[in-house]
Amino acid sequence: MKNVRNRVLLIVAVLLVCIYGILGIPKGLSGPALLEAITKNIHLGLDLKGGAHLILRVKVQEAVSAETDNTVAQLQQDLKKANTAFTRIYKPDPAKPTVISVEGVPAAAASQFRTALDTKYGTEYDYSSANGTYTLTMKPTYQSDLEKRTLQQSIETIRDRVDTLGVSEPVIQEYNLGADQILVELPGVSDLEGIKRLLQETARLEIHAVVGGPFPTEQAALASVPGGVIPPDQVMLHAPGAIGSRSDADSVYLLQRAAVVKGNDFRSAESATNPDTGQRMVRFTLTTDAGDTFYEYTSHNVGSAMAVVMGSTVREVANIRSGIRDQGDIEGSFSEDEVASLSKLLRTGALPASLEEIETRTVGASLGADSIKEGVTAAVVGVLVVMLFMLVYYKGSGINADLALLLNLLILLGFMGFSTATLTLPGIAGVILTIGMGVDSNVLIFERIREEIREGKSAAAAVEQGFGHAWITIVDTHVTTIVSAAILFLFGTGPVKGFATTLTFGLLANLFTAVFVSRTIFDAHLNKLKTGQMVSI
Amino acid sequence: MELFHGVNIDWLGKKWYFLAFSLIFSVAGLISMGIHLAQTGSPVPLGVDFRGGTEVQVQFANPPDIGAIRTAVSSAGITDAKIQSYGGDVSRNEVLISLPEQKNETSLDQGRQAIVSALKTHYNNPFDEAKGVKVDVVGPTVGKQLRNKAIMATLYSLLGMLVYLWFRFQLIYGVAAVIACFHDTLITIGFFSLTGQEISLTVIAAILTLVGYSMNDTIVVFDRIRENLRMNRREELPDVVNRSINQTLSRTVLTSGLTFLTVLSLYIFGGQVLRGFSFALVIGILIGTYSSIAVAAPMLVAYQQWRGKNGKAAILPAARRAR
Repeated sequence: MKNVRNRVLLIVAVLLVCIYGILGIPKGLSGPALLEAITKNIHLGLDLKGGAHLILRVKVQEAVSAETDNTVAQLQQDLKKANTAFTRIYKPDPAKPTVISVEGVPAAAASQFRTALDTKYGTEYDYSSANGTYTLTMKPTYQSDLEKRTLQQSIETIRDRVDTLGVSEPVIQEYNLGADQILVELPGVSDLEGIKRLLQETARLEIHAVVGGPFPTEQAALASVPGGVIPPDQVMLHAPGAIGSRSDADSVYLLQRAAVVKGNDFRSAESATNPDTGQRMVRFTLTTDAGDTFYEYTSHNVGSAMAVVMGSTVREVANIRSGIRDQGDIEGSFSEDEVASLSKLLRTGALPASLEEIETRTVGASLGADSIKEGVTAAVVGVLVVMLFMLVYYKGSGINADLALLLNLLILLGFMGFSTATLTLPGIAGVILTIGMGVDSNVLIFERIREEIREGKSAAAAVEQGFGHAWITIVDTHVTTIVSAAILFLFGTGPVKGFATTLTFGLLANLFTAVFVSRTIFDAHLNKLKTGQMVSI
Repeated sequence: MELFHGVNIDWLGKKWYFLAFSLIFSVAGLISMGIHLAQTGSPVPLGVDFRGGTEVQVQFANPPDIGAIRTAVSSAGITDAKIQSYGGDVSRNEVLISLPEQKNETSLDQGRQAIVSALKTHYNNPFDEAKGVKVDVVGPTVGKQLRNKAIMATLYSLLGMLVYLWFRFQLIYGVAAVIACFHDTLITIGFFSLTGQEISLTVIAAILTLVGYSMNDTIVVFDRIRENLRMNRREELPDVVNRSINQTLSRTVLTSGLTFLTVLSLYIFGGQVLRGFSFALVIGILIGTYSSIAVAAPMLVAYQQWRGKNGKAAILPAARRAR
């Protein structure tokens, strides 16, 4: 690599590529145009440009529990169809949502029942039996699959909902700090309330079969049940008075726990008006599969009542007049806003389980701007102090070190421009630290060259030896620091990750500038020296 | 210009002073952590990241009056808030209001809402709710997870370096370097406990950086020891170590000095958010430089002398070649 010219060309090429990475093609060369170009290419973290950061936990247990509720309903239907007798099918322990008990299957029907279990539920459940009681337990692999699916589906739903807001560059991804967590980052958003309402609205619009009601009070509802205890496959829900019974008093219904139509069975919904009454309605469309099930249910249960449940309140109760396949209207005294938000939520799909926020952070844009100002001031002061010192201490070679340092910073920022990494406030600290550490390589080399000169070597030999000896040390020091930066990146979160990023990029760039670039400058200089003349160091 | 040219200091002869110095600072830190642990249940003051809770930072249009804010907040029924002017810098009109950890996740956001509405209704000093407010709300679960992760990250990074040094030098070099880094971490955290500063996520980042930094310094000295051992096999180990430290002294002092200057600029100009981060580095760089000379190198010599006493051959001379 004696050919200095080729090396200079390479360095200039790297320089140009990096400047392109930072600026792109700026619209002009004025201050604001350049600033705009920089902020377009280098992604600023939330702590610098302001925005909201949320960590949500998906309550995946709810999805598991809903799945077993379904199985309970399905089993009841299957057994009735096959004319197999049973006393009851229920979930014995509320704390264990994966366990289902089937009681009272006669011994004569045992083998038939087992075959049914094996063929229809074998992939999802393990079962055991004792004295005519069968215990179905969801397979752990199926459960963890279901939980994973729930998480993924939640992420997709949240992404769809965020997209309706028009936030630029949102981040919605699985967050690996703990189980079932989702990270949501919304730059430039400070109205947390509206966002959270939109994200967390489970919009669990469901249709349930009505068992009893309306009752004026919970006591009355309980009194209607034999023994005064609601069976585990039923649930008691309130209907706000103005809806449901259309009287002013709040009323109570008993419903089947398992829904006939679940949230994710809806394909779309839009607002409509009943031509006869002028009432506002939600017109919904079901998926094909759900439509088939719904038709089967409605045509077998003409005359019985169905309840439309949203969240955990009954919004409407209606009698089935005929079989409904995949399209229907929900009429009720919904407000215009409710209809609009309901149809939006149904379009983006329902969340399969509810969410719980476990961390929220917001940064106002002007506080972020203050942070940028402070970080940049600290960086500029740091660079100037170091550059000045190198000039004073190493004279001519100081220029060399300073050039390498500036190039190091340019490459670092170029990396940031080309990659999708974000620059955070700790990231700026990483840049500043890179300045201090970057200069270390130059100090190592220069001190070594000085030692070699003291031992009486010629300028060229001293430079050669100095770089040769220092190289081993430089590799060792860089590797260890990159190891700790990599671990920080793996374990760190948000801003700390930004710090690890800039530190790693800076160290990699430093290997190039402090060794390759600095050596090239020395060689170019040595070529011009007369025999016996020394380098300025 | 040249400093430290031809210095010839007997560093190993001062090892008892070094030991005393290190012990005093480590023990002082440990005692302080012990007292803090007994009083609050954690060895160091923890930032909102680790402790969980709510922090609301508000930038007011006019100079804020802490007393009036306290009245406003408590008249809204919030009695356990801690109110202070942010970073002790009164000119920026910023106030930090913190609430202690919530017991469960359901009421996570209520503190923030309550504080903001209390300030709007009971305190007559305008602020821009969209741009001038910074809120951190960390639930107890996340706080605990972040805490575990930080500890794991520090341990893994020490382990990673031990393995690298084992591979590049020998196990004893790695052990000596890691003990030196552990010593730096302990003393730095001790300083946080002594001065009552909070450990946040960024402080952990700073501590990991200083682990890498201190390791750098140690490696530079070790590299020189290895090189000198190879060139001169007859020289006694303590002399080689002394000579190596002296030869690299000017580099050590220069680099540390320059990095110290950049970190100092960060501490002075970098603003309150990075104050803890730069404080950890200011302390850490001083201690890290000291430890590579005064802890890691003497440990190599002590190990060799201990092996010699037990009648075993010294294994220190670089058995592996560097290139």
